Amino acid sequence: MEIPLDLILIQTVNGIVTGMILALVASGLTLIFGIMDVVNFAHGELFMLGAYFGVIVLSATGSFWVALVVATLMVALLGAALQVVTLRPLIGRDPLTTILTTFGISLVLQNYALWQFGPVARKIQEPLSGHFPLFYLEYPVYRLVIALLSAAIIGGLWLFLKYGRYGIWIRATMQDRVMAQAMGIPVPWVYTAVFAIGAGMAAASGVLFGPLVGVHHTMGLDWILRAFIVVVVGGMGSLGGSVAAAIFISLLEAYSSIWVSPAQAAIVSFVVLILTLLFRPTGLFVPTPK
Amino acid sequence: MRERDHARVYWTGFTVVVALLALAPLVLPEYWRRFVTEILIWGLLAMSSDILIGYTGMVSFGHSAFFGLGVYGAGAALLMVKPPSLWLAIVFGLIGAGSVALFVAYFSTRLRDIYFAITTLIFSQIFYVIIFTWTDVTGGENGLTFRKPPLGIPGVFSTPFTTSTLHWFVLAVVTLSYLLLRRITHSPFGMVLQSIRENEARTRAIGYPVERYKIAAVMLSGLFAGLAGVLYAVQKSFAAPDFVFFLISGQTVIFNVIGGIGTLVGPIVGAGFFLMLHEVLSRFLTEYYLIPVGIIFIAMVIFMPQGLLGFARRWLNR
Amino acid sequence: MSAPDAAALVEVEAIHTHYGKSHILDGVSLRVGPGEVVGLLGRNGVGKSTTLKSIMGLVRPSRGRVLLEGKPITGLPAHRLARLGIGYVPEDRRIFRQLTVIENLRTGLDRQGVAEARKHALLQKVYDYFPVLAERRSQPGGTLSGGEQQMLAIARAMMLEPKIILLDEPTEGLMPRMVSQISKIIRVLRRERIAILLVEQNVPLTLAASERVYFMEKGAIRHHAAASELHADDAVIRQYLGI
Repeated sequence: MEIPLDLILIQTVNGIVTGMILALVASGLTLIFGIMDVVNFAHGELFMLGAYFGVIVLSATGSFWVALVVATLMVALLGAALQVVTLRPLIGRDPLTTILTTFGISLVLQNYALWQFGPVARKIQEPLSGHFPLFYLEYPVYRLVIALLSAAIIGGLWLFLKYGRYGIWIRATMQDRVMAQAMGIPVPWVYTAVFAIGAGMAAASGVLFGPLVGVHHTMGLDWILRAFIVVVVGGMGSLGGSVAAAIFISLLEAYSSIWVSPAQAAIVSFVVLILTLLFRPTGLFVPTPK
Repeated sequence: MRERDHARVYWTGFTVVVALLALAPLVLPEYWRRFVTEILIWGLLAMSSDILIGYTGMVSFGHSAFFGLGVYGAGAALLMVKPPSLWLAIVFGLIGAGSVALFVAYFSTRLRDIYFAITTLIFSQIFYVIIFTWTDVTGGENGLTFRKPPLGIPGVFSTPFTTSTLHWFVLAVVTLSYLLLRRITHSPFGMVLQSIRENEARTRAIGYPVERYKIAAVMLSGLFAGLAGVLYAVQKSFAAPDFVFFLISGQTVIFNVIGGIGTLVGPIVGAGFFLMLHEVLSRFLTEYYLIPVGIIFIAMVIFMPQGLLGFARRWLNR
Repeated sequence: MSAPDAAALVEVEAIHTHYGKSHILDGVSLRVGPGEVVGLLGRNGVGKSTTLKSIMGLVRPSRGRVLLEGKPITGLPAHRLARLGIGYVPEDRRIFRQLTVIENLRTGLDRQGVAEARKHALLQKVYDYFPVLAERRSQPGGTLSGGEQQMLAIARAMMLEPKIILLDEPTEGLMPRMVSQISKIIRVLRRERIAILLVEQNVPLTLAASERVYFMEKGAIRHHAAASELHADDAVIRQYLGI
């Protein structure tokens, strides 16, 4: 069977665009895991709430960009509150308890959204409606903007971790939380801040993604599953690994949807996960542990 | 002496509870009869998951796959074989759940703790996607409808299921499963599982093939979850992709945590508590009842990690 | 022990510490004056490190009190104690291995209310004392040699401008040449008027560096003497250290 080259290229662009959003979701997840050993089951719901808050702020202010910033900050604040109330009491307990609480949070948030916003999907108007020609397609400019903005946010996070004063605190905490505390770093607050950052990143991706398919209270589950796969395939806790895995998996899914339906294309990522678990359970995109 | 007292209290309690449950259909109206039967079925599912959560220290977020394949396996038997046979439905359901369990066990037991939890979740979603999209075989989104088989032994007797006979049949299956699982958890095999929970590295160092024990534990757990699925298929007379959906797995974990893990009975209590809560709350809150349920769940993880049963036990011993 | 001494910088009053079911500290009391170097000697496993951790808030004593300049600090989280002026250099040094030397130092330097000029002065001071750290400032901490890591651990604690440093086995695993370096560093700290509570296996070094010495056995202080009254071959040292 002949595969037209232009179709491959279009799917490459599509794969990179979804890959960048997925990377944005997954890097928050992997950051939270890497620092505090918490598997945040509610991450998908924070993504979903971000999108809903984006809808609200957008309709109130008329500006997509204000909506993006405000929704991100609101969800970050919510994340901080959730961390203090539900996760801080569990510090020092079995990490499995955190997966239980965050699962509880996801139940509450998802049904809260259903209650507040109803079962009908909402639409976010995309901020840029321009198109540019890509082979036989008129490709929306906004999709490229999503990819660039996601990359910019991840890059910003990386710079902050690398050079920021609190970034150093976060990295020190990740390596040795006891010694970090002995150096005067307020580790409980570092945890709260990291959870807030991760939540904000999830929300930002929710707002960015909203215009593509609409906003729905169950949209979180689909993303959390994909993000989990990415985080495991990329190597738990590794930021770079997550980004690479997100793009890798999204590209594979995009290519396979040339042949099969998108729902079935999701199975490709499952297969990647199984192969990773079989041959390299520490993650595909991290150096071999010594 | 004290131990014998303890055993006497235990068996007296056991007999009273089973007797009450057996009498329930005689006094309860139709609606509540079904309700109690449903508690028992969900209780069996929760109990099967307790083998992993409570006894082996592995949290499975993928029990919907075992349960769902039990439902679909039973459905397949009831649709394909004429006349429909209850026992064949059980066999098919167990084969379905068992093969899925073997697959999941083989891959996910390579991982520990949260990694195990995440992979079980992802695997269960694989089966959900397959069932949802493979419309020719599974009916896709619409699912499958089938007839209830009669209750009977071929050549001996046969009687159609009523809500009461179904209740007694379910009660018998759940009670036998409980006794069997209790026996297993007290056996040397069960002791090894508990020692894996306490200290996996040490258990391996002593010389136990930990991976094989874990695979066996997942298989065992999956088979009983599948059995619960078969019972559910018989009660509902249909199979839907929702039964394989992740929400079922989540509920199973909730039943365990609310009731008290590592007790077998606790998860049944948890299922009962959850369904009662659902029943009461959904009158005021319709589908939003999961908001208070979620909050109660979080509070229990933080403040009452031993669950209702553990709490009651401590309170009684005081 | 005597009543709380107004002049004491750190006063430990009969603390009991448990790890799970094992009772590690059984009523430890000791005192460190401002700018004073105090040695804590004893065999392995008598609870010396646990004493330091209990002071630092890394383990929580079940009974007893710790006072800093007369104020009770028992049960405060470690990061508060670090800000109050207690520096901690643990046994295995615990450098942040993937952080560079300068980043390691910045973990203690980037506190609220420290002016840029002051930060520079502090950094310059440790670079003067430990030129090798200045040379390797952009290198990950994990790539340093054992002795360099020990210097970094001490320099890192100095970034807190502490009143006291809890120094746990600084010579452990170092080459003999580096051991004399450690004595030099202790003299530096002393010149800075930083008090030290020193846990060490090296008896001559401890006696030379300290003003007073406590001897621990089975989770309690058994003996206490001025360092100048002791020699490395005294009977009391043989008794508590089994040399």
